[in-house]
Amino acid sequence: MTVTKNRTSGLGKDGAGSHVLEVRDLRVHYATPLGDVIAVNGVSLDVYEGETLGLVGESGCGKSTLAMAILRLVQPPGRIVGGQVRILGTDLVRLKDAELRQVRWSQVALIPQGAMNSLNPVMRVKNQIAEAIETHQGTRDPAELKERILRLLAMVGLPGRVYNMYPHELSGGMKQRVCIAMAISLAPSLIIADEPTSALDVVVQRVVAQTLLDVKRTLGVSMILIGHDMGLMAQLVDRIAVMYAGNIVEIAPVKDIFAEPLHPYTQLLLASIPSVKERKPLVVTEGLTHDLRRPPPGCIFQLRCPFVMDKCREVVPPLRELRPNHYAACHLY
Amino acid sequence: MSQPLLEVRNATKIYRGGFLRPGQQLVALQNFHLTIPEKPATITAIAGESGSGKTTLANLILGFIGLTSGQILYRGQDISVMSPQQKLQYTRQVQAVFQDPYAVYNPFYRVKHIFDLVIKNFKLAPNLHAARELIEDALKMVGMRGEEVLEKYPHQLSGGQRQRMMVARAYLLKPSLIVADEPVSMVDASLRAMILDIMLKLREQQNISFLYITHDLSTAYQVCDDIYILYQGSIAEKGDTVRVIENPKHPYVQMLIESIPVPDPNQKWDTNVTLPSEEELRSHVDVGCRFYPRCPYRMDRCLIKQPALFQIDSGDHQAACYLYDPAVPSAEAQAGVTEKPAANEAE
Repeated sequence: MTVTKNRTSGLGKDGAGSHVLEVRDLRVHYATPLGDVIAVNGVSLDVYEGETLGLVGESGCGKSTLAMAILRLVQPPGRIVGGQVRILGTDLVRLKDAELRQVRWSQVALIPQGAMNSLNPVMRVKNQIAEAIETHQGTRDPAELKERILRLLAMVGLPGRVYNMYPHELSGGMKQRVCIAMAISLAPSLIIADEPTSALDVVVQRVVAQTLLDVKRTLGVSMILIGHDMGLMAQLVDRIAVMYAGNIVEIAPVKDIFAEPLHPYTQLLLASIPSVKERKPLVVTEGLTHDLRRPPPGCIFQLRCPFVMDKCREVVPPLRELRPNHYAACHLY
Repeated sequence: MSQPLLEVRNATKIYRGGFLRPGQQLVALQNFHLTIPEKPATITAIAGESGSGKTTLANLILGFIGLTSGQILYRGQDISVMSPQQKLQYTRQVQAVFQDPYAVYNPFYRVKHIFDLVIKNFKLAPNLHAARELIEDALKMVGMRGEEVLEKYPHQLSGGQRQRMMVARAYLLKPSLIVADEPVSMVDASLRAMILDIMLKLREQQNISFLYITHDLSTAYQVCDDIYILYQGSIAEKGDTVRVIENPKHPYVQMLIESIPVPDPNQKWDTNVTLPSEEELRSHVDVGCRFYPRCPYRMDRCLIKQPALFQIDSGDHQAACYLYDPAVPSAEAQAGVTEKPAANEAE
């Protein structure tokens, strides 16, 4: 199938474990009249080939900004202040706009938040997908194009008649799957999906989540999955990066993080997952976050941390490898 | 039994097609019954997916829209035929907390404004000093202090803080019932517990009942006393929350609970589970059980007439499914019941 063929040709020969994405010390600031808000504060992370990385954190922690920054899509008043974003070795931050357009979508695709509402309501599904392909690869033979679009639709589990339909004729879950089909249309090496299942009912959420899993398995594509639902993350991702106030506070394989969360914030996130298996007392915590324009000296979580020590108010804890492949930024260890 | 606080009797709401589509109808709520006792105060969950009619129910109870047929009784009085005096009393006794804590504030006013309005409109306090005391008291209930928040503008508060202030505003009127429409769905996970905890506290200490409208069965399970699960406008299953969630009977409710992601990476979803295509999910049947197109245990009789609520056990646990019809020779129903564990292997 064309999709797979394109992909392997675009990839280097190095085998498993090689980096698809390397982010180094990425900083994004938003200008406000009262000073810059530090939305992404020196984030470094890697995404390996064929891996799904979950990026979790609460609203306002900078996870969507980080995703947009990886694609260099941060809009003013936001700007990338520093750092590197290397996709298969190319640093996107330094590319010229014209070169960047070649990389975007063909190497990294984005499924933005609320993607299903981003479809053009007056364009048939076939034309929207065709546009994505032809913008990057030039005009295609119509028969070949049709076959390719039908194959994409089949890959995300949609029936062929969706090809001729308008977005309003589709349910939320189906629209979301059309967006997934568009994201894989150019066989990217990396897909960034921002809350791909939010605003969907649980049953439909499960269908869409399985579609993502199937796509990943068939194409071997790497993914960054942004979300806040730890339950869903447990089902879908290989590694989790936990973000708080613009910083990554913990990053580890999903099983390790659920078995032994090291950072107090991760512990809090896991403790606040409501269960349907056992009724337990609520874990109530105060939710004061510092002013993002003026981060306090020391640890960013100090205001909410139950284990806060004097050291935390002075020294910024670095992200350290505390267990094999398990990194956390905390003075407790 | 003494007179209930709120009773919804046989409520049906049909939205008719508008100017462009005359003749089209949408049954948003069908033959719905609900009872909230006067004492003790309870938290009742109304759960369902989008489009199941749960917000329609909230709007009906709050008097924003009228019923097509049926009655809503507040302490025995039909809310559609209340005198203006009674109506005022009702709007004071039944308060609302809405989903979006960002949209309810006017960004140009300090947050104090929402309290001032309530105090002015209901003439709660004779002077400023008394008003301030009332506000402080309400804020204390939700764990906040006036000096910290009242002079701020809405954008300076977090979502969790705003939602707590909305609960405080409702509490200011000492209502008997608070209709909370998805109060935590836009609040971060680590802060949700605080709002749910305030609901529990108001129930225990202030004898305030809640109608907790949600799509999230797991938070309902953690705090609610009774639960009503809606499917396309009708009750699929109702009863004591713990019983219903731990031992769901209706095939729809079983499917819902099974679809909730398990927060355990060692217990992965069985990816071989096949879900019905989404066209099937969306299709309607006009007569008979509305869940028929998706139901794994469907029988011919399900198409003839919509099932009534059948008793599951001695309690108030009921499910609208023919599998539990006592009138049918139990062999057929039992066959369906014993099949279930196979479909439910995730447990």
